[in-house]
Amino acid sequence: MFLRRATVLVLILGLTGFAFLMAGPRAGLLVMVGLGFGLVLEGLRFGFAGPWRMIVTDRDGRGLLAQLIAIGMVAAVALPLLGANPAELAGAHAPVGFAMVLGAFVFGLAMQLVMGCGSGTLVNAGSGNLVGLLALAGFIGGSFAGTLHLGWWTGLGSLPVVSMQGIAGTNGGLVLTLAGLALVGAVTIARAAPGKRMPPVRLWIAAALVAALALANLVIAGQPWGIVYGLGLWGAKLAQAGGADLAQTAFWAADGNAARLSASILTDVTSLTNIGLLVGAFAVMRWRADPGAPAQALTAVSYAGVLLAALVLGYSARLAFGCNVGAFFSGISTGSLHGWVWLVAAFAGSTLGIRLRPVLLRPTTGRGAYA
Amino acid sequence: MSPSRPLIGLAALALIGAILALDLARTGAPDL
Repeated sequence: MFLRRATVLVLILGLTGFAFLMAGPRAGLLVMVGLGFGLVLEGLRFGFAGPWRMIVTDRDGRGLLAQLIAIGMVAAVALPLLGANPAELAGAHAPVGFAMVLGAFVFGLAMQLVMGCGSGTLVNAGSGNLVGLLALAGFIGGSFAGTLHLGWWTGLGSLPVVSMQGIAGTNGGLVLTLAGLALVGAVTIARAAPGKRMPPVRLWIAAALVAALALANLVIAGQPWGIVYGLGLWGAKLAQAGGADLAQTAFWAADGNAARLSASILTDVTSLTNIGLLVGAFAVMRWRADPGAPAQALTAVSYAGVLLAALVLGYSARLAFGCNVGAFFSGISTGSLHGWVWLVAAFAGSTLGIRLRPVLLRPTTGRGAYA
Repeated sequence: MSPSRPLIGLAALALIGAILALDLARTGAPDL
């Protein structure tokens, strides 16, 4: 056990030191933030897709309430910070449009089929779930494919970017955001069964830590926590290595994206936190005396279905301008209207995905559905 | 039978490591 835990510490310190030495202090700090996310999400079992399923299937609202609490904590600090430092910090603001709504709906559906959103996929893969590993590969391919068609999809029509602080100023925007979160929280409590309403201490601690890490991400990177951009960039890097000429594509020819493509992954904000997140989840799994039994083996058809669903997950995340992290968590906590629309559309898709899940995920033994 | 969790976790680390190594080979180290 000592040797295994020592190896985990060496891995964490080695990754952080590597980023510091190779790409400078900001890169090292962002890897540390990502590691923190991985440790908290896996160690304290704070997630996004699972609680969305639990409120529907078990009338258990504790996980969803913890998400809302974390978002409220971030908003209370992030909105004043953004208002006071508009030149240095940016919110996760995107336009509401046809493709965004459709993308969020499909994302919510696919998220339940692969048992995780963007952050959940990284956590599941790092903590040793085969479905998570397949989903990660599919997500990378799908989010890259989404960049190739994003212009066509957004051309179907979208509104201008709307933010709460744009409507009502910084303080008014914060009041609107907190009121919206309170309303969703009240609906959650009303829906939840008695005894499944108030989050346990573990989830309160997790919510506070996730909020603190998200704020650290904003202060260090200048932008909110995100997942999808980094995964799409990795797909683009692999395509480029395979000979694809991405200079001919509108998305990757755009100045900022072209710069990211030609620079090292170690200079990309979301790549750094994604790497840290996956390694953090791996570290928690290896730190435990018992890493847990492997997930039920699925049929070959189910694994193929997971890979396809993950491709759709990545593609739709790109159209929706983010996943549960970039759109829902960071969008709402930095005042973007698209975060709220994303929540409604993705939750509707998630509800459908929950029904389809037993059809797709078939274990090799027994007749039941995947747990 | 599904592979063990540590083995799958290592495979995930290997995937990330391979992408990072391939990228560093193509772009070189960032300019400090």
